[in-house]
Amino acid sequence: MSEPIKVPTMAEYMAEGKKPEVLFWVGCAGSFDDRAKKITKAFVKLLHNAKVDFAVLGTEESCTGDPAKRAGNEFLFQMQAMTNIEVLNGYEVKKIVTACPHCFNTIKNEYPELGGNYEVVHHTQFLKSLLNEGRLKVEGGKFKGKKITFHDPCYLGRANGEYEAPRDLLRKLEVELVEMKRCKSRGLCCGAGGAQMFKEPEEGNKDVNIERTEEALETQPKVIAAACPFCNTMMTDGVKGKDKEGDVAVMDVAEMIANAEDL
Amino acid sequence: MMQYLPNILFFIVLAAGIGYFTFNIRKVIRNVKVGREIDASDHKKQRWNNVIRIALGQSKMVVRPVSGIMHIFVYVGFIIINIEVLEIIIDGLFGTHRVLSFLGPVYNFLIASFEILALLVLVGVIVFWIRRNIQKIKRFWSREMKGWPKDDANYILYFEMVLMVLFLTMNATDLQLQQMGAAHYTQAGSFPISSLISPLFDGLSESTLILIERGAWWLHIIGILVFLNYLYFSKHLHILLAFPNVYFGKVVPKGKFKNLESVTNEVKLMMDPNADPFAAPAEDETDGEPEKFGASDVMDLSRIQLLNAYTCTECGRCTSECPANQTGKKLSPRKIMMDTRDRIEEVGKNITKNGEFKPDGKQLLDDYILREELWACTTCNACVEACPVSIDPLSIIMDMRQYLVMEQSAAPNELNVAMTNIENNGAPWPYNQMDRLNWKNEA
Repeated sequence: MSEPIKVPTMAEYMAEGKKPEVLFWVGCAGSFDDRAKKITKAFVKLLHNAKVDFAVLGTEESCTGDPAKRAGNEFLFQMQAMTNIEVLNGYEVKKIVTACPHCFNTIKNEYPELGGNYEVVHHTQFLKSLLNEGRLKVEGGKFKGKKITFHDPCYLGRANGEYEAPRDLLRKLEVELVEMKRCKSRGLCCGAGGAQMFKEPEEGNKDVNIERTEEALETQPKVIAAACPFCNTMMTDGVKGKDKEGDVAVMDVAEMIANAEDL
Repeated sequence: MMQYLPNILFFIVLAAGIGYFTFNIRKVIRNVKVGREIDASDHKKQRWNNVIRIALGQSKMVVRPVSGIMHIFVYVGFIIINIEVLEIIIDGLFGTHRVLSFLGPVYNFLIASFEILALLVLVGVIVFWIRRNIQKIKRFWSREMKGWPKDDANYILYFEMVLMVLFLTMNATDLQLQQMGAAHYTQAGSFPISSLISPLFDGLSESTLILIERGAWWLHIIGILVFLNYLYFSKHLHILLAFPNVYFGKVVPKGKFKNLESVTNEVKLMMDPNADPFAAPAEDETDGEPEKFGASDVMDLSRIQLLNAYTCTECGRCTSECPANQTGKKLSPRKIMMDTRDRIEEVGKNITKNGEFKPDGKQLLDDYILREELWACTTCNACVEACPVSIDPLSIIMDMRQYLVMEQSAAPNELNVAMTNIENNGAPWPYNQMDRLNWKNEA
């Protein structure tokens, strides 16, 4: 952990006249949020390990506009989108991987009409393809046989129909995968989507993340696996709220793979 | 002349029933057209596929197996038993009796299957009634289900029970009359269910039996016509509208929200370095009012969204899957649809009265749907996923948020802070964009 990770930027690649295999879109949470930065780093380690030729936009990256759009501010969303598209098209980006389902959904589904056409994959899908191609090796490791439950991010699952990629990765770790009562297409939201992350919830009798955490804890997992930085925050808060942070960890699937191998 | 009285009477009843129904359906069509036009000429193949799978095949209903299977009984029953209605209409108009009986064994098979289906419908409807009124399943007892919506649901169930009982009574007495060799009652049909209740009518005279048979026959067909006309006033329009509604349902990934074209044009202009900032607006832009962003009333919604509202049968699967609703927030996706229908009906009445819509000082926002409901949504798509007939309550919530934010600048304050951050430093939090890559140097 001592030496800094090598993370080339698109600008550096451009200066050398090279193009990476894939652009890693880090996202705001992955760039700034202390918890999410750990996911970013774990994913980068896996990319290194698999010898993936990747680059990031670094300071040229900006919010995709997802929270603005879902809060109702179409203007701000499209301003963000078009600025980002200009940057991405300037670098002739073809393929994008991101560890944030919100960025994934927005760039994949909402950018094309505005002139941004890329192959966009979620990091769990990308890791799965690395495994299939034999570029990344994952076997058991320290989560082998442990009870793990997976929380489906809305914007990966229902919004884009991807339920299996993260589960396939967990199976590779040979965990005992236990499903919550509400899972896959009927999975319960963590409470962060639709810009809720950035506001206090409306008045009710419970917070959504507590409801979801309780359901996750019913499966008595060692780890609640997540695949979204916002879900991760919400579930981590939920576990803390239930005083279970000593017993149950909330981890991104990428972190679990990186940790399993002690990379 | 007198001998044709029943035929004439039947014709009048039939014409009145169908006529009034058509009159009301035209109102539905007119009201839906109050909405904005929307192009749905894309994805034809997938749309038809959805109609077959989701509407005809009831694929989403069986996600909840008990209500799903019971619903299939009632659904298949009503579709198939309608073949019998065809015979009833011919008999009624021409004074024949069981006109299709020339089909012989096929006819026997048809009548037998109608009878079995009628029993299954009866079972289904009774189970539904128990679930609503005895089991009191939560989604049938929410805030928006008080009063008319609750009564409406029960009236429909009573209607269906009575229709099925009349149908079986008609057959049971017909069977008795056939066995007696009564004139006009041809030996036809196979009666696996009504033969079981037929003994109830043992020992009655031929004339009494004819009275009961004719009574049940008339009440059954009149009942069907009354029920047909009840649809427009009830949540039960879904038996017709589910099919077009599924066809017009969302065919792109659920996470893909539409991009507002009017905004795209303005943003492009803003970002175009060659655009003349002092240019006069183009000719076509000066016509009429500038386009309104988002929706505050039903006229701002699309025709598909209004069709959604008429199609909603208030089953509440959306609401019972909604994370906000489950944690006690005011938001209920079903209420969004019910409010939209109530408001478009109000607007429709206004149009009927005044020839065109005269502002009535009301709108969908605030007078029906509260801001608190709109801001509780996590856009998780659980409601959209849950709807058995492809209704999209989320799209209405999003359109209304757009109105609040872009026309009224009325977002909750924390969201304004997040949006200002995005605008100024490219992230919803107040971090400097220049620090975006700092993580790579942190151990």
